[in-house]
Amino acid sequence: MNVTRGFSGRPRVHNPGLPPGQYDARDDWPVLSAEVTPDLAPADWSFRIDGLVEHPHTWDWDASHALPAAAYEGDIHCVTGWSKFGVRFGGVSLDAFFSVVRPLASATHAVARSHTGYTANLPLSDLTGGRAWIVWEYGGAPLPPEHGGPARLVVPHLYFWKSAKWIAGLTLLDHDEPGFWERNGYHARGNPWQEQRYSGD
Amino acid sequence: MTETTTPPTGFAVPGRIAVDAQTAAAWQTATLTEIRRETPRAATFRLAVPRWAGHLPGQHLMLRLTAPDGYVAQRHYSIASAPDDSGHIELTLDRVPDGEVSGWFHAVARPGDTIEVRGPLSGFFAWPGDRPALLLGAGSGVVPLMSMIRHHRARGLTVPLRMLVSARSPEELIYAAELGAETTPVFTRSAPLGVPVGRMTAAHVAPLLAEQPAHGWEAYVCGTNAFAEHASRLLVAAGQPPERIRIERFG
Repeated sequence: MNVTRGFSGRPRVHNPGLPPGQYDARDDWPVLSAEVTPDLAPADWSFRIDGLVEHPHTWDWDASHALPAAAYEGDIHCVTGWSKFGVRFGGVSLDAFFSVVRPLASATHAVARSHTGYTANLPLSDLTGGRAWIVWEYGGAPLPPEHGGPARLVVPHLYFWKSAKWIAGLTLLDHDEPGFWERNGYHARGNPWQEQRYSGD
Repeated sequence: MTETTTPPTGFAVPGRIAVDAQTAAAWQTATLTEIRRETPRAATFRLAVPRWAGHLPGQHLMLRLTAPDGYVAQRHYSIASAPDDSGHIELTLDRVPDGEVSGWFHAVARPGDTIEVRGPLSGFFAWPGDRPALLLGAGSGVVPLMSMIRHHRARGLTVPLRMLVSARSPEELIYAAELGAETTPVFTRSAPLGVPVGRMTAAHVAPLLAEQPAHGWEAYVCGTNAFAEHASRLLVAAGQPPERIRIERFG
């Protein structure tokens, strides 16, 4: 241990919901996108799943809203160090989209694409089983553009850069293909509980 | 239902720069060698990092402080210094009210203290000096941009480089004495006699895009999210392609 002279830090808080190296952002919700926030109206938004699926399909705003509503209530964790507790996102579970396109048995990974061109790679198993959502509401109101509105991916058990803003689609693959931050030194999976921040962690 | 989709915008992400995973993964001990006051709120901390593998202007690092009971606080900070192979790097930190880490740097740190760093990190907000660059910063958002300007000068680069930097007042303008003809300051609260006071506007951005080089600018924007949203909208409105705007937001 390399103790820093004269450093005591904030009062210790025992919070079992806080992954290692994270702090509670409380009311803050920092915006960290590296690109320009797009001017994207719901009417111009679409979401497509293709690649290793039986039936590639594209949903527009109305068609996606016709799927069964679902919500995520819980915590989110950003690789830059903040965590945010008790958030509520409203949208549709990715499982509902997958039940339409039917992933092939050979599909193991996915690349999430944004309408801006941003990408993030994820194991398919992190996107199924009620652990990932396409959301358009935050706290009961429309998701703000700088937070990914009109609609974003939410995969809350991974660092939040995986939860691509302005989500445009998923391409299912039989291999892992690094996305935007992953090609810039970030970890392929990004599990906050194992502190998988950077490649090599 | 349509089976094709055309993204309305394109974030082409030119010029990614590979980051050495082994370098980024390793924590190294850094020794504080010098503290320089920049403004009433900001100071520069010079660190000796003997095994520092070098960085590109614009990159950041992760830094951690450890308490006697093992408690660790870690933060990301932009690197202010140019890559110069001296085994030293510099960080310029604002003193954040109640800042756990910046408070230690401003109130406790002195030369000889050791901390730990890992990096450099992220290859996206980086400028290797290979293309014309237009830099827009506010407050301590000038820090990674200054690394680019210092690199440009140190290497005697001729590729065009221009900066618009916003500060509350001349006293709050970080690196004021070091800024040259490449920089246009914008003052939001108070300014020298004859200089207008107000936020960055289209009138500041338009002349820079009017005189853009043959293949256009690569734009780098750094500051708070509010500044980044404002500045990036000014750039897009003035004709800068969105896919050639790289943004680093505080958070």
